[in-house]
Amino acid sequence: MADLKLTKIVKSYGDVEVLHGIDLEIESGEFVVFVGPSGCGKSTLLRTIAGLERITAGTMEIDGRVVNNIPPSERGIAMVFQTYALYPHMTVYDNMAFGMRLAKKSKQEIEDRVRNAADILQLGPYLDRLPKALSGGQRQRVAIGRAICRDPKVFLFDEPLSNLDAALRVATRIEIAKLNETMPDTTMIYVTHDQVEAMTLADRIVVLRGGYVEQVGAPMDLYHKPANLFVAQFIGSPAMNILDGSVASASSGKVAVDVESGGKATVPIAGTGAKAGDAVKLGVRPEDLRIAGKGETPIVNGMIDIVEALGEVTLLYVQVEGHEEAVLAKLPGYHQVERGTAISLTADAEQLHLFDSDGHSMARKAEAKEAA
Amino acid sequence: MNPALQGLITILVGVGGCVGYFYFSNQILDKVIFPAKGPKAGDNINRANQVRPWLFLFPAIFALGLYLGYPVFETLRLSLTDRTQGGAFVGLANYNQMMAEPKFWEAIRNNMLWLIVVPAASTGFGLLVAQLTDRISWGNIAKSLIFMPMAISFVGASVIFKLIYDARPADTPQIGILNAIWMQFDGGFGSLFVLQLLPTIVLLGFAGIVGYTTFLLVNPIIDREGRRAVPFIPLRLIGALLGVWLVWMSLSSLVGVWTAQPPYGEPQQWLTLPFWNNFFLMVVLIWIQTGFAMVILSAALRGIPEETIEAAIIDGANPFQIFFKIKIPQIMGTIVVVWTTITITVLKVFDIVFAMTNGQWETQVLANYMYDKLFRANDWGVGSASAMVIMLLVTPILVWNVYNARKEMR
Repeated sequence: MADLKLTKIVKSYGDVEVLHGIDLEIESGEFVVFVGPSGCGKSTLLRTIAGLERITAGTMEIDGRVVNNIPPSERGIAMVFQTYALYPHMTVYDNMAFGMRLAKKSKQEIEDRVRNAADILQLGPYLDRLPKALSGGQRQRVAIGRAICRDPKVFLFDEPLSNLDAALRVATRIEIAKLNETMPDTTMIYVTHDQVEAMTLADRIVVLRGGYVEQVGAPMDLYHKPANLFVAQFIGSPAMNILDGSVASASSGKVAVDVESGGKATVPIAGTGAKAGDAVKLGVRPEDLRIAGKGETPIVNGMIDIVEALGEVTLLYVQVEGHEEAVLAKLPGYHQVERGTAISLTADAEQLHLFDSDGHSMARKAEAKEAA
Repeated sequence: MNPALQGLITILVGVGGCVGYFYFSNQILDKVIFPAKGPKAGDNINRANQVRPWLFLFPAIFALGLYLGYPVFETLRLSLTDRTQGGAFVGLANYNQMMAEPKFWEAIRNNMLWLIVVPAASTGFGLLVAQLTDRISWGNIAKSLIFMPMAISFVGASVIFKLIYDARPADTPQIGILNAIWMQFDGGFGSLFVLQLLPTIVLLGFAGIVGYTTFLLVNPIIDREGRRAVPFIPLRLIGALLGVWLVWMSLSSLVGVWTAQPPYGEPQQWLTLPFWNNFFLMVVLIWIQTGFAMVILSAALRGIPEETIEAAIIDGANPFQIFFKIKIPQIMGTIVVVWTTITITVLKVFDIVFAMTNGQWETQVLANYMYDKLFRANDWGVGSASAMVIMLLVTPILVWNVYNARKEMR
C-alpha cells in the first residue's frame, strides 16, 4: 500500500543534468512501466526511487512521507536487478534471508517468509543451492524471491528480463504478471526498453526521452492517442509511418491534408488553429494501411520495394517519391504482390494521426476506438 | 674489455645461442631424423610433431632440474653426511644435533611469529588500504606511494629502517626518528595518551576484531540454521583456537601497558630489546608486502559486481556489514592466495634479519640460521638439515597456494 509522488525530480552528475524535473504520481497497487530508448534516464529514475542515487532537486514521497534523505532499506522498497545481483557465496535460502537477518527478524519469521516466497516461485528444491548451480531463469526467480521476502510496499524491477533468452523471457514475464495479481496492494515499477513487456505488463506506461517525461498513460491510450511524434513512433511495432504534408483546408472537425508525395487525406480532428498551408506530419500505423479500393483516395502511392510474407501478415516496404524511408504496410494474411509494381495505400480516416510542425499531436475529435 | 661491451656480448651470445639451438635442433629433427619425404613422409611428419614440444621444453626442464631439482636431492644427501668425517653417512645425527641447539628453536619460534604476524598484517593493511582508497580522488596517488616499497630490495629497506631505529647518546640530536619521538615523552599527559591510552584502544580494537572473526568462524558450526553443510570444520576450529589465544594475548598485554615503567629520556637500542625486536624487523617486511597485497586485493575488490553491493544496501546492510559479509566472502579466494604468497616469502626471510641484526639478540630465523651453519661455520650437514626443514615447511603452503591460485584463474 503505497502511492508515490515525484515532484520536480532533478538528477545531475556534476554539470550534466540527466533528469530535468520529473513530475509523476503513482497510485497504490499500480503496475507502472518506465520505457524509453537507451540513455533516456529510466534506470536513473528508478534508482532515485530506490535511493541508490540521491536526487539533486525536487521531492520524492512514498506513502505521503518525504524520502529524499531516507536510506534505501527504510523506504519500503525492494529491487530486482538486471544481472540478478545474487550474493554468490550464499545459498538461495541465505540470499533471501540476508535482509531479514540484518533486520533481526526471528528465525521462525525468516523461515516462514522464505518458504512462502519459495512456494510462490517454485524454488523449494533449490533452497540449499548456490546461485552458480542455477540457470538464468532460476536465478532471476531467486532475485524476485529475495524482493518478495522484504515484503515491500514498492517493487522495483530494473530490466529484469534482458539477461534471459527469448523463451524464458516470455515465461518469466508471465510469472511477473501473475505475481502482480497475487500482490494487488503492492505498487510495482518496472523499467524496460522492450515495448512488448511494457504493453503487456503495465497499468500505465511512462515514456521517457532525454530525461523528460513524454507521455504517461494506459498502454492502449499511448497506442491510440500518442501525445507526440516520439511516442507515436516508439510505441507500436513496426513503427508508425510519418508522412510530410500540408493543410489543404481546415473546417471545424475536419482537416484535409495534402501529402507531399501526392496522396490526400482527411483527418477528423478539431483542427483548432490549423490554417491552410501549415506544414503538418501525417502519421499512419503500418497495420492501419490497406490497399486502396476503386474510388478511394489513396494516401500513399509508391512502388513495392520489398515483400516479407510471414504467413499471418505480409509486410510491404513501399518506396514513395520524395520520401527517404520506405513506407511500411502490414497487411493481414497473404498477399500475392510483386516487387517493383505500383501500389496505392489508404487507411480509415479515424486511424490517422496528425502532428503539427513541432511534433505535438493535434487533438482528435472522434475516438478512433469508438469509431471503429 | 669494457664491462658494457662484455654485457652486450653476453646478451648476443645468450640470445644467439637460444635462437641457434631452436633453429638447428628443429632442422635436424625435420631433415635428418624424420625427413618429410620418401615413402614414410606422413608418419615422419607426425613423429616430428610429437617430438617437437620436447625440443622447446628441454632447455627449461634442464635448467630447472639442474638448479632446482638436483639441489634438493643433494641437500638431502648432505644433510645426512658429516664433513668432519670426510662426508661419511651419519643418518639423522645432524638433525639430532640441530634439535639440541637452543638457537634452532629460537629460529623456529621466531619464524612462527613472523608467519602469523607478517602475512596477517600485510594482508590486513593491504585490504584496508584497497578498500579505503577505492572511491577517493587521490586514491591512486596513495596507492602508488604505498606500492613503492615493493621496488626497494629487502637489504635496502633494512638499511632505511636501521636509520629509523638508530640511537645516539642522550645529549646529542637523535638521527633515528623513533628515538627522536621517544625522547619527547616525559611521563606527562602526552606520554599517558600515546603510550597507554592509544595502545589500550588498539589492543581492545584488535581483540574485538579477532573475537568477532572467531565468532564468525565458530557460529555456523554451533548454529546450523544456515542449513548448508559447513565446510572446513577442523580448519575453523584451529582458526578459532588461534583467535582465542590472540584475544587472550592482547588482553593480557593490557596489564603490561598499564604497569610498565618506561625509561623516559634514555635513547633506546630498539633492535636489542629481546622479543620486541622481532616485531621491529617484521615491520620492514610488512612495509614492503602491504603494497603487494593492496594491488592484488584492490583489483579483486574492483571485480565485485556493483549490483551485489547495491542489493545489500537495499537489504539494509551498513558499510561494515557490506565489507565483511558481501565483499570479503566474494574475494576470499584472492585473500587466501595473497596470504599464502606472503607466507612463503616470510618463511624464506633472510636478508632483513641478516642486514639488521644477523640473528643476534634473539632474532634468529631459519634462513639466517642455515646461512650461519652452511657458509660461516662451514657445517654443511646441519646447514642442509635446516634447509630441509625450511623446505618441509614451505612445501604444503606452496601446494595450497598453487591450488588456490589455479582455482582463482578458472
